[in-house]
Amino acid sequence: MREFGYERAFDVPGAVALLGAAPEARFLGGGTNLIDLMKAGVERPALLIDVRELPLDGVEFTHDGGLRIGATVTNSDLAAHPEVRRHYPALAQAVLAGASGQLRNMATVGGNLLQRTRCGYFTDLSKPCNKRAPGSGCPALTGEHHNHAILGASEHCVATHPSDMAVALAAFDAVISYETADGPGELPIAEFYRPVGDTPHIETSLPPGALITGVTLPPAPVAAHSRYRKVRERASYAFAIGSIAAALDVQDGVVRDVRLAFGAVASRPWRARAAERVLIGGPASAEAYAAAADAELEAAEALPENGYKVTLTRNLVVAVLTELTEEAIR
Amino acid sequence: MTPPTTPTTPATTTGISAVTGAIGSAHTRVEGRDKVTGAARYAGEIPFAELAHGWLVLSTVARGRIRSVEDSPVLAMPGVLTVLHHGNAPRVDTDYVGMVGRPNPVLGIFQHDRVPFVGWPVALVVAETSEQAREAAEALVVRYDEEPHDVAFFAGRSDAYTPESNPMVQAETEKGDVEAQLDASAVVVDEEYTTPEEHHNPMEPHAATARWDGGRLDVIDSNQGSTWVATELAMLFSLDPASVRVRSEHVGGGFGSKGLSPHQVAAVMATTILHRPVRVVLTRRQMFSLVGFRSPTAQRMRLGADADGRLRAFDHQALSLTSTVHEFVESSAVLGRVMYDADAHRTFHRLVRLDVPTPAWMRAPGEAPGSFALESALDELAEKCGMDPIALRARNEPETGPVSGLPFSSRNVLACFEEGARRFGWAERDPRPGLRREGRWLLGTGTAAATYPSGAGPSTAAVTAEQDGSFTVRINAADIGTGARTAMVLVAADALKVGPDRIRVRLADSDLGPAMFAGGSMGTRSWAWAVTIAADELREKLALGGGIPPEGITARSNTTEAIGALAKKERHSFGAQFAEVAVDVTTGEVRVRRLLGIYAAGTIVNPLTARSQLIGGMTWGLSMALHEEAIRDQESGSHVGADLAGYHFAAHADVPLIEADWVDDPVPDDPIAIKGIGEIGVVGVAAAIANAVWHATGVRHRDLPIRPDRVLRAADEARRRATEGAPSA
Repeated sequence: MREFGYERAFDVPGAVALLGAAPEARFLGGGTNLIDLMKAGVERPALLIDVRELPLDGVEFTHDGGLRIGATVTNSDLAAHPEVRRHYPALAQAVLAGASGQLRNMATVGGNLLQRTRCGYFTDLSKPCNKRAPGSGCPALTGEHHNHAILGASEHCVATHPSDMAVALAAFDAVISYETADGPGELPIAEFYRPVGDTPHIETSLPPGALITGVTLPPAPVAAHSRYRKVRERASYAFAIGSIAAALDVQDGVVRDVRLAFGAVASRPWRARAAERVLIGGPASAEAYAAAADAELEAAEALPENGYKVTLTRNLVVAVLTELTEEAIR
Repeated sequence: MTPPTTPTTPATTTGISAVTGAIGSAHTRVEGRDKVTGAARYAGEIPFAELAHGWLVLSTVARGRIRSVEDSPVLAMPGVLTVLHHGNAPRVDTDYVGMVGRPNPVLGIFQHDRVPFVGWPVALVVAETSEQAREAAEALVVRYDEEPHDVAFFAGRSDAYTPESNPMVQAETEKGDVEAQLDASAVVVDEEYTTPEEHHNPMEPHAATARWDGGRLDVIDSNQGSTWVATELAMLFSLDPASVRVRSEHVGGGFGSKGLSPHQVAAVMATTILHRPVRVVLTRRQMFSLVGFRSPTAQRMRLGADADGRLRAFDHQALSLTSTVHEFVESSAVLGRVMYDADAHRTFHRLVRLDVPTPAWMRAPGEAPGSFALESALDELAEKCGMDPIALRARNEPETGPVSGLPFSSRNVLACFEEGARRFGWAERDPRPGLRREGRWLLGTGTAAATYPSGAGPSTAAVTAEQDGSFTVRINAADIGTGARTAMVLVAADALKVGPDRIRVRLADSDLGPAMFAGGSMGTRSWAWAVTIAADELREKLALGGGIPPEGITARSNTTEAIGALAKKERHSFGAQFAEVAVDVTTGEVRVRRLLGIYAAGTIVNPLTARSQLIGGMTWGLSMALHEEAIRDQESGSHVGADLAGYHFAAHADVPLIEADWVDDPVPDDPIAIKGIGEIGVVGVAAAIANAVWHATGVRHRDLPIRPDRVLRAADEARRRATEGAPSA
């Protein structure tokens, strides 16, 4: 293994300064993905800057009633937080659907957002991959892709984003805060992850040298009635092949408000705005839910082996919205 | 009616073995405390002074020649001691016949420039530390002249051929006219089944340390048989067998993968050149190409029966793959030669040679994939005949071996079904598919038969009466996590008629003398036989009276003649598997709710570890049904996701209520009456689960694993067919 340096940062300016002085450095959160990638040789940082001791581990209400979640809050603490569970239950469920207890105890919110795809070509240095080695090609297009993207992909990359947490954050319009040497900044999650295009190796819009400091969830009454459902190839400890974060407000049989986001279908958590537009103001019925899913999935472009994801995602929309509707009536 | 979700009776052992002796009563592992406290050392963690570390470099092309190994820059890296490759490595001799036949040519590492698959060893980098060796190995540039490769396995390949029969596998058997009997059959099942490439991944990766000690080669290893490994190393390196010692005290799982592999050969080469101990440990990824795997299979089953279910025609055709350098047959079609008779009966194997590593034994080789096809087809036949699947099997229960005509030493498969059916609640089962729903889940149940041969291999043992009243048993057995050490304590205790606390067992050291390896479900039977004979003889010696000298009194045994004298019979373990599943056809998720396996496997030595081993086997079967599958990238010829993140097997949440138990299974003519239980737990489980998925959904799944995308596609197709086939209004 290649030798690397290790430094621990104790405040945000210090962490940002360390990275500024060492461009080949990486911030280290829980290390649950970065260390694996280092072992595989995909990441070869000269320096790790440990940010787990930064004072960013709180969850608190914002002045308008939203929630601000610190970047170093562990996945376990986030899922267990009573206000998260009360106001954004789909977020707690999404986090608990991921990884294992041990990994969630280590993994941080900031690191979860920045985790890399689990595409088997990306993690294998012996194979081409445009995300890892730009211009080398994408063997998944004609090779193994049964768990690859059906939405928003390109001929350069069909990898999916692995995070469950980010799917719920996308549904709830999370805003990601960061710090750079030039000062703080913010990115709505819709802009945080970049479209794939011909630059699959550039995954986020974070400026160079930025440190994620936290995630803000705006107040959203509809989120209190939300659910995350994940489908995977075994009962636990596997990435999604399809997932959905859904929130629903139904009154008198009419959809007043709805949030929908899909996981495992794109290079980023996929906010289903087309489906939401179809639903709002319309009937709260299984037919309407199916039609809304179809509206979103119209843009799907399946490869030979991943077309089932269209059916799966559609079925999840109908099933979860129907469940939420029935619970609202009870 | 919904089957009960809890067992109808508590898990009690109905089996045999009057529990007056040690055999048949539950004992925790004698080395259990050492293992859970970390005192037990495994091969990769035993310290040696001056230890150097080797790291294997594997080919990245699937076919071609090595043009150059650019070792100069690597030799200059920190800590690097040497780089071995085909240009400088010691010669070895692979022209021999060992305990399991001719050696796999992959053992002849660094002997030539040809590359027959991705993952072929092309160099060994040795350095002062493991980290230095790894960094240098990753920096080593190897250039190849690449040639086109072919790794595509599928049914109907025109280049499939019939392998030569060998002592391990008879390629073909045939009696009667299958086509004529199929024509005369009232009911015919003719279907194809596939199973994917599967890999054994014992928790402990393969590791070996080699050194020269007083003119002898000393290897600290993790293997399934030290006699096996020592003998092969002696032949490979042209050494006097007495000058090779191999030890393997604790082993964290084997499953057929831990015989001789390239890493032991590499360690011996390196220690010979460097004159210091050298350790080579495999990584998880390296294990995917270096220690064998289960070939994918494509199997065609043709069954023809009278309307009452009596088989007229039985035809099992099994295709598997092998490498271009060595032949291995996944013997999927052998179990029909034991299980069911028919007027015309044919079983055969075909192979296709591809640019991939040579497959090997993986727990229940042959029977595991073969039983998926055979026991699924039986279920389909039961459906077509309108018969209960257990009744169909009872109707076709043979008197003697369907192919051999030999009598069975004991055959209690129907007793297994009877006991299993009672405990599972099978009598209340409505055979019609697709009727039971619980929320979003469709529920179903299924069953399948299991069988595995019960063989024995020649072994020697020594039992010593010590002055202090204790006894030392020396048997070169391997405890690969099964509890073999404890089993030998119990066997010796009963044979000597003393308490287990007076027995000390030494095993896993080739200096103890030749013995069978832990494989083919033959270990316990083979070793117990040798220990019993030696113990009996020792009791006779002790009966003569007189004092015990300081060196003790020792009796020795060799079972070669006793095994040779055993009457020729069909000797097998049997079992019945039961599964209940829940399927959500809108997401494709399949969840196993409970498994029950009832076995007839002779004398059960230690119920505690036996149950554990059987449940482990059943969990393998569950994984095989729903999860396991190595994906080969056609373009590169290598795997995608060759690690435990990419290669899925059951997680705890997938493993539901599992029960394993056994029925009485005396073996009257057998001096030892112990059969094997290492593999039978796997056999039939995938079929029982697939049959339960059909019962839940009405859809047959003939390709493993039963992944969500397959369930979704099948459900879509079934819906479409139903719509198209529906009579117009």
